[in-house]
This record gives sequence, C-alpha cells and structure tokens, in this order.
Amino acid sequence: MVDIALPAENAATLASSTRVRALARLRLGDIGFRVLTRTAAIAVLIILGAVILSLIQGSLPALQAFGLNFLIEERWNPVTERFGALAPIYGTLVTSVIAMLIAMPVGLLIAMFLTELCPMWLRRPIGIAIELLAGIPSIIYGIWGLFIFAPFLQQTLQPFLITVFGNIPILSSLFAGPPYGIGVLTAGLILAIMVLPFITSISRDVFDAVPPVLKEAAYGIGCTTWEVFRHVVLPYTRVGVIGGIMLGLGRALGETMAVTFVIGNAHRVSASILAPGTTISATIANEFTEAVGDLYTSSLIALGLILFVITFIVLAAARFMLLQIERRIG
Amino acid sequence: MNRLYAARRLRNQIAMGLSLAATIFGLGWLVLILGALLWQGFSGLSVAVFTEMTPPPGAAGGLLNPIAGSLIVTVLAVLIGTPIGMLAGTYMAEYGRHDRLTMVVRFINDILLSAPSIVVGLFIYEVMVAPMGHFSGVAGAVALAVIVIPVVVRTTEDMLLLVPNPLREAATALGMPRAVVIRRVCYRAARAGMLTGVLLAVARISGETAPLLFTALNNQFWSLDLNAPMSSLPVVIFQFALSPYADWQKLAWTGALIITLTVLALSITARALAASRTEI
Repeated sequence: MVDIALPAENAATLASSTRVRALARLRLGDIGFRVLTRTAAIAVLIILGAVILSLIQGSLPALQAFGLNFLIEERWNPVTERFGALAPIYGTLVTSVIAMLIAMPVGLLIAMFLTELCPMWLRRPIGIAIELLAGIPSIIYGIWGLFIFAPFLQQTLQPFLITVFGNIPILSSLFAGPPYGIGVLTAGLILAIMVLPFITSISRDVFDAVPPVLKEAAYGIGCTTWEVFRHVVLPYTRVGVIGGIMLGLGRALGETMAVTFVIGNAHRVSASILAPGTTISATIANEFTEAVGDLYTSSLIALGLILFVITFIVLAAARFMLLQIERRIG
Repeated sequence: MNRLYAARRLRNQIAMGLSLAATIFGLGWLVLILGALLWQGFSGLSVAVFTEMTPPPGAAGGLLNPIAGSLIVTVLAVLIGTPIGMLAGTYMAEYGRHDRLTMVVRFINDILLSAPSIVVGLFIYEVMVAPMGHFSGVAGAVALAVIVIPVVVRTTEDMLLLVPNPLREAATALGMPRAVVIRRVCYRAARAGMLTGVLLAVARISGETAPLLFTALNNQFWSLDLNAPMSSLPVVIFQFALSPYADWQKLAWTGALIITLTVLALSITARALAASRTEI
C-alpha cells in the first residue's frame, strides 16, 4: 500500500509541476503577445507624432528666417532666397473649392440615385464601378489630364468661358487671359473627378443607414421621392454627409500627382482661374529634389507642415462627424 | 390643387433626371479615362517593355528596371507594414476593444489613412534620407510601409470585430489562453478578410508616386541595391510624361496602363475575397 502510494504521490506532484510550468509558459506567451500588439498600436501614434515632429524640425530654419510673414508673402524666389507660401496656399484652397463645388452636388445626386432610384440589380455594379474610380492611382489622372483633358479644355470649355463671361464686370477677371489648357481650373476639375467617388460612397453608406420606417412613413403620407430625400433622408444623415464631404476635401487638399501635371507650377496669385498656378503639394513635388540650400529645402518642408496641419484639421473634423452619425445609427 | 400636384411631380422628375444625369456623368469619367489608357497604352505594349531598360531619349527601350524596382519596393513595404498593422489591429479588436488607447488609435489611424502621401515622403526624407546622406530603395520602401500600416490596421480590426464572440467563448472554455484563441481561432476565421486588407494596401501603394519622389528617387540603370536610388514605375511615368520626347511619353502611357491593370486586378480580387467571406 505504502510503496504504491509513494510513487503515485510523486507522479501527482510531477504532473502538477509540469502543469504549472505549462500554464506559466502559456501565461507568459499571452502577456508577451498582448504587449506586442499593444506596442504595435502605440506605434501608430508614434508615427503620427514623428511625422509632426520631423516636419516642425525640418521647417524651423525657414520659420526662423521668415516668421509668420511666410504665410502672407507671395514671392517665391530661389535665387534671392526669399520664400513665401501665399501662392501655394491660395492655389491649394482655390483648386479644392472648385473641386468641391462640382463633386459635392454630383456625388450626392449619384448617392441619391443609388439608394432611391436605381433598380436593385444595377446597384452593385454601379457601386463597384464608382469604387474602381476611387482606386485608380492619382498619377493616372495626372497623365490623362495632361495629354487629353487639358488640350480638350483648351479648345472647348475655356474659350467658351472667356467669350461668355468676358464682358461681365466681375466674372471677366475670373476668366481672364488666354486659354492655356493647364491651370487652376483644370486642376480643380481633375480633383473633382478624383474626390467624387469618396463623397459618393460615403453618402451612399449613410443614406442606406436611414431606417426604412422613416422613409415609408413619408411615402405613406404621399411624398414624392425627391421630397422624401430632401426632407427625411438628408436631415437625418446631415452630419454623416458633411463628414463625407470633409473627407473628400481632405483628399483634394493633399492630392499631389494629378495636380502637379496640370497646374502649370507658377508661383503667383492671380484672380483668373484659367491662369497657371501652383498648390502646396505640387510645389513640393516639383521642386524638392532640385532644391539647393538649406533655406530652400526648409521652406518646402514648411509648406509640407502647413499642408499637414490643414488636412489634419479637416480630416479630424470629418472623422468626428462620421463618428457622431455612427453613434446615432448604432 | 391639381397645379400643386403637377408642380411637385415636375420637381420630382427634375430631381430624378438630374440624379440619373449625375450618375452617367460620374461613370462617364471612368469610361473616358480607361478608354484613353487602353487606347494609348496598348499600342505601346510589347515584349520589349518587360525585357529592356529605360532608354535614353530617342532610343527604343522598355520598363524592366522600373518594374523590378516597383516590385521590390512594394514587397518590402508590405513585409514591413503588414505585421505592424495586423498586430495593432489585433490589439484594437481583441485586447483593448473598449479602452481609450483603441479609441485614440482608431481616430489617428483614420486620419493617417487619408493624410497627404507627399507629407509621408517629406517625413521619410527627414528621418532616413537626410541622415544617410543619399536616396535609397529602403527609404522608399519604408515610406510606402507608412502608407500600408493604416490600411492594414483598419481592415484587420474590422474583420476581427466580425468574428462572432461564441467562437472566442468556445475556445476559451476549452482552456485556451487569449493569445492562442486569437492566433488559432480568430485569425483563422478572419483570414480572408485580413488578406483582403493586404491586397488593398498593395493596390494603394502600387500607384503611389509622391512618397517615392524624394526617398527612392529614380535610377536609369539596372540596380537591385536597396542602399542606392531605385527606379519605380510611377516615378518613371512622372518623369517621362513631363518630358518633351514622344517615345518617352509613349512609355509613360504604357507604364500607366500596366499600373492601372495591376491595381484594378488587385482590387477586384480583394473584393471577390471579401464577398466569399461574407457568404460563409
């Protein structure tokens, strides 16, 4: 009895000790994996912090040399090393405004078509086609804009605008000058085509999330499709739609390659939207590798910092609004 | 009363007509761009494009070195970016589903997802190219990895959140620790979706030009040295399209066609994968 019990007891302690060790190993593995994933999550934050810090550090020389004047100085002269960001900032804003003026109504109308009007079997194909448009790399828009779209505008739309608005006092300065083909208007139009899919797909998603009961109730009292859309769907999804539009705006502000091809890279602020101009991203793309001297490079990095700050604010606002609508819809 | 009805009906018809017109307008661009691309690109497509180096102006040549460079830089970027992105997404969906860190990371990640890519180029220039003293393929790969990470984080988190909780509970009831549950059960259930994320990330970076302009720069010659400037398809397209030489422009169109077809194939594959996942 005793000689059996002893080894048995031994075996039990042996088993429990391997068990303890196995459990310890598993727990260690668990903690290790947890720490690893947490580190990776924090790495995302570190990336953002590093981007901001490196941009600030890189732009210090320019900011020290020019101060806040950098923001309102139009001259951009690499020879005398006088740099000001006014022309690129102006170009960025104007091209984005043109893009949004076109993409916003068109995108919302397409989203309305997709959620209210389109036959079921066509919805998926059209949705996919719109998303494919979003997936086309921006350099493709650039090369297409340069070789096909700009010459087309030069021959058709731009002469038309000049003749129509040439004699109206205020509008004539907006459409002054010869039709170059490339210029602020062309860049704005290309940006409009590029951000259209973003606005469309987000608006479609938020329109789809409207509870059917609300729409059915409105149809039940005799509203037309347009009235349902205008007075039920749109008010219900307002925050989400604005969020989607801001997201598109963020894209338009930061877009580089498509704009670089067609904007003409001229550092000046001109009232005419037919004239060549420049944007922040196009200036950096065109000049960075050729920049000689610390001040020149630093000025370009300062432009990058300005761009990042602007887009960060716009995108943060967009996300904040989309979060709100997500919360409301649940 | 009848007039009111007529007016409302008319307004409705106008709105519906406009929405139909807007849709045709939107899809028209896709047709126009793809049409021009196929028209201009296919005529330049030949075996030489894939077997010869980029030519000097006026000579015949191909796009072999930029294609190879693009492949190397893309693969490297995915190898660097995917593990970080997947681990971060795992933390957000599994360990810290409701904690504050996850909220903040999700917000920041969504912003990084649409941040201007040229700023990423400037960032890598500052932290890698300037200290190293020269442009390099590695710097280009790291720049693209910074773009890969947010895409992978987002899809990994979304896909893991779709894994039903009873699966986790069943696995935990068998005595599996959390890490094993995640790796053996959740990853397996979300495999197709996570792969979709990687494909989308590849599609996203294979056309990216701006971050490569001042990190990988460009190289006219055959070079696989990651420590030297490396050629890539988008940068070559940029350079050739803006040149005054007709044969360079022709090559730029062909390169653009190759990139677009690659991107479209990748995103359609990703979509098909995602669709097969939801049917299960």
